[in-house]
Amino acid sequence: MDDMMLLTFLATLAGAAWRLATPLIFASIGEIFSERAGVLNIGLEGTMLVGAFCGFATAFATDSVLLGLIAGIAGGMVFGLIFAFFTITIKADQIVVGAALNLLGLGLTAFLFRTYYVSTGKGIEIAQPINIPWLSDLPFIGEAFFRQNLIVYSTILVTILAALVLYRTSFGLTLRAVGEHPRAADVAGRNVAAYRYSAVLVGTGLAGLGGAFLTLGHSNQFVEGITSGRGFIALAVVVFARWSPIGAFFVSLLFGLFYALQLMLQAQASIVVPYQLLQALPYIMTIITLVVVRGKGAAPSKLGQPYDMR
Amino acid sequence: MSPKPFLRIENIRKRFGSVVASDGVSLEIDEGEIHALLGENGAGKSVLMSMICGMVRPDEGEIVYKGQSVRFNSPREAIRQRIGMVHQHFMLVPNLTVAENYILGQGSALRVINDMDKVHARIRELSERYALDVRPEARIEDLSVGEQQRVEILKALFHGIDLLILDEPTAVLTPQETDRLLALMGDLVKDGKTVVFISHKLDEVMRVSNRISVMRDGRLVKTVNVADTDARGLARMMVGRDVRMELPRGPAAPGRIVLSIENLACRSETGLPALRGVSLDVRSGEIVGIAGVSGNGQTELSLALCGLLPVDSGRVVLNGQDITGLDPARINARSVAHIPEDRHKHGIVLPLSLGENTILQRYNESPFATSGMLNRRPIREHTRDLIRRFRIKSRDVDQKISELSGGNQQKLVVARELARNPDFILVNQLTRGIDIGAMEFVMEEMLKQRDNGRAILLISTELEELFAICDRILVMFHGEILGELPPDRNRLDELGLLMAGQTANVVQPPLAG
Repeated sequence: MDDMMLLTFLATLAGAAWRLATPLIFASIGEIFSERAGVLNIGLEGTMLVGAFCGFATAFATDSVLLGLIAGIAGGMVFGLIFAFFTITIKADQIVVGAALNLLGLGLTAFLFRTYYVSTGKGIEIAQPINIPWLSDLPFIGEAFFRQNLIVYSTILVTILAALVLYRTSFGLTLRAVGEHPRAADVAGRNVAAYRYSAVLVGTGLAGLGGAFLTLGHSNQFVEGITSGRGFIALAVVVFARWSPIGAFFVSLLFGLFYALQLMLQAQASIVVPYQLLQALPYIMTIITLVVVRGKGAAPSKLGQPYDMR
Repeated sequence: MSPKPFLRIENIRKRFGSVVASDGVSLEIDEGEIHALLGENGAGKSVLMSMICGMVRPDEGEIVYKGQSVRFNSPREAIRQRIGMVHQHFMLVPNLTVAENYILGQGSALRVINDMDKVHARIRELSERYALDVRPEARIEDLSVGEQQRVEILKALFHGIDLLILDEPTAVLTPQETDRLLALMGDLVKDGKTVVFISHKLDEVMRVSNRISVMRDGRLVKTVNVADTDARGLARMMVGRDVRMELPRGPAAPGRIVLSIENLACRSETGLPALRGVSLDVRSGEIVGIAGVSGNGQTELSLALCGLLPVDSGRVVLNGQDITGLDPARINARSVAHIPEDRHKHGIVLPLSLGENTILQRYNESPFATSGMLNRRPIREHTRDLIRRFRIKSRDVDQKISELSGGNQQKLVVARELARNPDFILVNQLTRGIDIGAMEFVMEEMLKQRDNGRAILLISTELEELFAICDRILVMFHGEILGELPPDRNRLDELGLLMAGQTANVVQPPLAG
């Protein structure tokens, strides 16, 4: 490869990385809210699938990407409500309920898709790239960062907003307290259960949005298991990012890079590695990160534990 | 005495399940006094005060505060009425800063926090006024326990209080920090505040209080002026009988050395030096006591002896064999019994049955198991035998041990450990949390073991326990053995000085860390 080709390759890679990171950014930031409040929702994968399906179905019916996105968020939140009811109100085990939601999400969306849509074979209108004037004309950088669709751009906004809410509002302060020392928050007059519900709803809403992006901003179709483990990777992102939204943004980009690299290397005829191996790249990296970033250092200390008022 | 008390508690009752925590307590607290609430662990002091600060709701009775009958449904309501409480377990969120902790729960949930500078300034001002050394931007998890306590007190002041309740505040403090806290209480009273000070330490209570209310078994024994009483009188009220405990025992007949510790050093779980070269011998047929204020290395000594804490240097020799650094199972197998300080952590497994708990270390031995399968009948028979011999109150060998009272759980631990016919018995806090009947029983059992030629090391913070059954008492201070005394109550003053780190009237410089 000569220099020009390498630069083009890198620019395309960076652009694809950001696109592929987008669902991870939404889901992991959502999960950070949930976990900061002490609720470990491993049902992200199922929740994202529901978001992806609701987004697809709504856009299919209305031809509106915006309505699709809203439906994706709403679908995620419905799943969140189920999760919150069982784990916070009933105080069931969070892992068990999360696993159940993963199975439910996979089965339910596959069933509905096969029943109503699979024979249509029709795609949907998806969010179109918006070229930012002047910047998008910059060589290489323009291609990578300024010719994305609105959903991809919005990850920056969501990240900043999440950080502000978490660190600069009374809501965020209480949320952080609720995951660490719920009794102290309770004694200070805050309703622990209400905060945990809100955190789970924010989390699953964002996970639903991340899922909806897959059908509305990336491919134009729903496919069974379209998330292909992104919900689980988002859980790893949260740990790697040490429960910080800004950290989650960059860690997601890193994982997005692995996804993009994997795709682009498959397209390179000169590389003779079995494509299955390349496909496994993001997952291998997940395992490696979890081994490297060991310990629970920054984890909320009451993560996964129901709160019992005396 | 003012005609109208500042706070009056009238016939308060509170039960938790079958436990009566407050049994018709009536109490008056005057404005501007330091009122101590004295009693043994479990006497009902904390629960009573938790009802005043809105943490716990009374079943019956009335609380009259500033002339008005009040009923708080939450701590927040009490805070609004200017009542603050510093709990034994701090209500501070470790990953937040001091200032963030103070504003937690204040204002609307959707509020943007933009007045942090003002909050910081206010904290600094209060901190200076009471010489509390609290930095508003410090993160709680980076602070020592003593500092966290000052943060808690300042939190109450920050929210505005007329009445401050301190629950066992000195339990976690060094002597210097204690002095500082007692002085602070005086300053608060000078500022017109009223302080209730919960404690079980006689000397502290005598030093600062105006009046002392003694509680026992959920009841108020008496309220006395500090000038009209002395430590002995208070102690008698606390335990409801003469504190002296005399058990019939003959002279010890120490034989060969069973356990020998040579220059043992190790660090605590937090990585700080905990043992700084401890040497001692325990012979067969004697009980060696280790006295000391808790936190001077006793926990680490017992953990190191049973293999639960790595040893940095030194040796532990049992029956002539070096057992330093062996894992707990191997040490267990060499005839070492361990009655731990925290039975829930190291002694028993709460969700398991009595039978399963009695064979925790012997689950793979005959007759309890053959080729990896448990034999129910011998386990049950063995457990029934222990229950009978140690008079453990229980329903059935298959019931969960968590259903037993603390005293009966402890008896089961003692029974199990002694049933293994150990050469050496390591005991840390023999009688913690158990009633007086059970207390005498387990102590007599220890004396029997001594007379049967066992070597016993008894670590305790209860001097009475040590005086009653030990043959000699070693005093531990800052991870070292500072001296040895006979179990002679007349030498209590000497013992007290050693426990405070003073040897032969030479004041030792305080050690860092």
